[in-house]
Formats: sequence, structure tokens, C-alpha cells
Amino acid sequence: MIKWIREGQVWNSIFRHGIPRDRRTRAMAVLSNVFLHLHPVAVRKSGIRLSFTWCMGGLTFFLFLVEIVTGVLLMFYYRPVVEYAYNDIQAMRSGVVSMGLLREIHRWAAHAMIIAIWLHMLRVFLTGSYKPPREFNWTVGVILLVLTMLLSFTGYLLPWDQLAMWAITVGSNMARATPLAGHEGPGASFLVIDGVPLIHAGSDARFQLLAGTFVGPNALLRFYVLHCVFIPVVVTVLIAVHFWRIRKDGGISGPL
Amino acid sequence: MDYLLAESGIDRIKHAINVICEPAPFFVLSCVALGVFLIGYRFWTKPVVAAIFGGGAVLFYALSALDPNFFLIIAKPDNVPISIMMLLVGFFTWLAFRQAAINDERLEKGEPLLEAGADDKVLVWPDLVYTEFIALILCTAFLIVWAIYLRAPLEQPADPSVAPNPAKAPWYFLGLQELLVYFDPWIAGVLLPGLIILGLVALPYIDKNPRGNGYYTFKERWFVITTYMFGWVVLWVVLIVFGTFLRGPNWIFFGPYEFWDAHKLAALLNIQFRDIFWIKALGRGLPGHWLVREAPGLAFIGFWFTGLPFLLAWTVMRKIYRQIGFIRYVIAVQLLLWMFLVPLKMAFRWTINLQYFVAITEFFFNI
Repeated sequence: MIKWIREGQVWNSIFRHGIPRDRRTRAMAVLSNVFLHLHPVAVRKSGIRLSFTWCMGGLTFFLFLVEIVTGVLLMFYYRPVVEYAYNDIQAMRSGVVSMGLLREIHRWAAHAMIIAIWLHMLRVFLTGSYKPPREFNWTVGVILLVLTMLLSFTGYLLPWDQLAMWAITVGSNMARATPLAGHEGPGASFLVIDGVPLIHAGSDARFQLLAGTFVGPNALLRFYVLHCVFIPVVVTVLIAVHFWRIRKDGGISGPL
Repeated sequence: MDYLLAESGIDRIKHAINVICEPAPFFVLSCVALGVFLIGYRFWTKPVVAAIFGGGAVLFYALSALDPNFFLIIAKPDNVPISIMMLLVGFFTWLAFRQAAINDERLEKGEPLLEAGADDKVLVWPDLVYTEFIALILCTAFLIVWAIYLRAPLEQPADPSVAPNPAKAPWYFLGLQELLVYFDPWIAGVLLPGLIILGLVALPYIDKNPRGNGYYTFKERWFVITTYMFGWVVLWVVLIVFGTFLRGPNWIFFGPYEFWDAHKLAALLNIQFRDIFWIKALGRGLPGHWLVREAPGLAFIGFWFTGLPFLLAWTVMRKIYRQIGFIRYVIAVQLLLWMFLVPLKMAFRWTINLQYFVAITEFFFNI
């Protein structure tokens, strides 16, 4: 029976090689698979030692995938409107929604992703892997690190509880002190045309961030879109660049 | 009644730890600990030594959790990741410096590195793919267990009229929030985060040291690694831990075994650099114009960012200046000086209660 399936047209149209048992089929397994071909066919033995890489970059990526899967599922049950947001989370929590653990996994994976990406950066730094020819990929990585934290920050508001609202209030209050662009930032008071200030509480950086002068309905919607669409798309594109450049810059780093 | 007030031995120990954990000793001891670790990294990373200290730290943490006030803080669901982070940072710092110690010893003897063998290739299937697969499964299992045993926090519905005390940012920004004690928001919340990002991006272009590329080492890159570890461990991780565990209502310091009493008062009598100069030293009133008034502070900051680079290039950083050239040196030294402005300001706050070097409150320009 198994033999019949393996020799049939359906099986062979999906898998273009035999079971990966020898060098040739093992190479084919990586080459002919769109996901696995992120990898080269062969890598340096010392480069994939767990004590060298800590697997932290890979885990960061895996946690990102976990966030996407759980996040998309959560979007079915969550409405980014002040009247509903809190109750929707409450419903998830009390298990009205069948998959009661979704929100927990989403939140803890987010925290884990932040820790993993910090440790990934530490590993890359301590092995000197940012040095030529990998300088640019390090830069991409730094941007991904910042975006990861922004993803977590924008997601923090969505439960719309006291913890969320006030954490975002504290965080976004910083924006009003932006030099020149915040109404309590140095230099902003010089930006005046005919006695009318350009930068005030209703026009400064914080206002642009929150779409209002306080964390309200507009901020919730804005953070929702940033969290679910805008930042994930940018992150996905940059991850593609990041992985592509690993290959192009010579694979996992090692002594020259 | 005396026996009711008498402190037990354990209370005395807890009290002593509470005192040690105050901002100044906590920060200074963190710096000293990092310094001692880096200087003697070959000794501290020996498996037996590391196991004793690591195990001791975990045991101390676990015993501390018996204290109700300490437990109340670390058991907050959103604070659990910080305990995990502390454990992981400790472990991976050991792992990295252990390999650095071995590599440095091998380099001295002229032996091949741990990472040697560039031609020694293995196939991705099965060697890497299986490792990745096992890592994914372990990670998934860990997440599911975590999610089952710890509910994600959900407090009362958002209410703009009821501010919690303390109001804290998400935990990964608490190091920056802690800096608000020492700097105005435009520095702690905007400029410093921006400079951290800029500094990280600039790092590979500034660091021209060709050695230590692709393997663990400390000896060959000690200056860069020391700087990075100071920024990462002390200014980032330690300040997060401090801002989360040791800052209670009104952002006042509370020892780890202290109850977060919202009525605790902290005596604060901050003075400005200008007051020290004009009033205390010269014994006269403050000048009317802000430029004259703040001239001493501006002179100091001006010297810090323009005079000191020349001085450094001429003395201790002479070798580095020659190595990396003018433009790289200017960028590197500005980033370094911003970084070290943080502990400098802290030291001034702890010793003479200095609030601002430059306090031009007229247009929010306070440093």
C-alpha cells in the first residue's frame, strides 16, 4: 500500500526525490523545498553547534510565526472598539471562545520573542558576527529588534484594561518631549508663525501617535492597525532581507 | 513589649539587603560585579565556579520568594518574563564567556579555535533541520505549559480617570522609565533610545578591529565587549530589573522585601548646577538672562562633548583614534560620552542631589 502511494503520480508530483537517506536525496530534500531552501545544502559543522548559535535567531523567527498564527486567530474574536475590546478579551479569557489558551500563548510568546531577539543580538555581538561582510545585515537586525519591541508595545494596548491604557500612556507621553516635534520638547516653542505656535498638544508627535491628546478610541484603532497589519508587513519584508543576506554574506559566521 | 519589636536574624538580613538594593549601591555593585567578572572571566566561567555562583543566585532568588512582599512583585504575570530573562542572560553570558576563555587560551598556545574547521561541512538535512525541529517542539511545549499555568494579566477595564500608582510602561521599557529619575523625557524617552539604535547601527562601521570575527573571544576585543556589556547588562537589564522590582508607588525606591506603601515619602531636595555656581560658590543672586544664568552648566556640557573628545584622543584613546580615523572617532566618542553621561548624572544625583546641569526651563531644555 505504502509502496503504491509512493510510486503513484500524486506523491511524485509533490516530492520530487526519494526518502532522504543518502547524500543526493538529502541535498534534494533541502533544495526542492521552498521552506527548507532558506538553508544551504551543507553548513560548517562548528557553525550549527548549539553552544555557538544558541538557536536564538531561529527561535525568534519561530516565535514570530507563533504570533502570526495565534494573532490571526485572535482577530476573529476581537473588535478594536472601546465598547467591545475589553469584553472580547474577557470572553477569550473565560473560555467562551473555544481556544482559551490563544491569548495566553500570544502574550507569552511576545515576551519570549523579545528576550530571544535580545539574546540573539548578544550572541551575534559576542561572536563578532557583525563584522565585515555582515555589517549591513546587522543593521537590518537592529531595525528588526526595534520593530519587534514596537510590535509588542502596540499590542500591549489592545486588551484595553488599566494595565494596557496606562502603560501606553506612560510610553507615549515621551513623544510630547520630542525635540522640536513635541509640545513639551526643547525648541518647539520657537516654531511659531505670526504668534501662532506650530507645535501644540493638538499637533505634536504624541498627537500623531495617538490620533488624539490622550489614549482613547482613535489610539486603540491606530495601534490595532499598526499591530496587525503595518508593522508585521514591514517585519516580514525585513526578515526576508535578513535571511537572504545571511546566505549572501557567507552563511553562519565562523573564523575567517 | 520589647520582644514584639525585636528583629529576628532573618529580618536583619532582609533589612541589610533592602539597604544594599537602594539605587546607588545597587548600580555601583552591578558595575563592580561586571568588572570583576570581566577581569577574571577565565576563573568565573569555570564550570564548577559558575555552577556554585549560578546555583547560589537561583537559591537566593527562590528563598527570597518566601518573603510575601518580594513574592507579590515577582509573581505578577507580566513580571515573570523578567525572572526568565535574568536566568537566561546569566546562563548565556556564562556560555559565551566560557567559550571565549577556552578560545583565548587556545589562541595563546597557538591551538585551533573551538570554531575551527572551515571545510568540515555537514548536510543541512538531517543535522540542522533536526536540531531546528527539536528546538521548535521544546519551545512550543514550553509556551503551552507557560500558558496553562500562568494566565495573561487582565485588570479592570481602562479608565482614564483612575491612574494606577505606580503607572509603568511595558517591562522592556522600564530601564528607560528608570532613567526619567535622572533625565527629562526628551533625553530619557527620545534622545537616549534614538542614540542606542544609532549606536548599534553604527557599531560595525566604527569597530575596525579585524580580529574576533566569527568566534568567541574576549581578549582580542576587550574594549568593545566591555563597553557593550556595560550598556547591555548594567544600563539595560539591571535598570529594567530595578525599575520593575524596586520602584513602587510614586516611583519611590522600595527594597525587595519592603511593602509597597503608597504613603512612603522620599525626601527630595534637588539643586541645580547654576545654584552651586552662582549662589553657593560666588555668593550672589542668579543672573536674569538664561544664557548667562546657565553659562556654567553649558560650559560643562560643552566641555564634555567637545573638549573631552580632544583630551581623550590625545591621551587614553590615542591608539583607538589612530586605528579608526577622525570621522569614526568623532562618532564613536560622541556615542560613548552620551552613554557615560548616564552614570555621571546618577553619581551627581546621589552625591549632591544635582537635578540639572543645564536648566533652561523656559523652553524645556534641561540636561
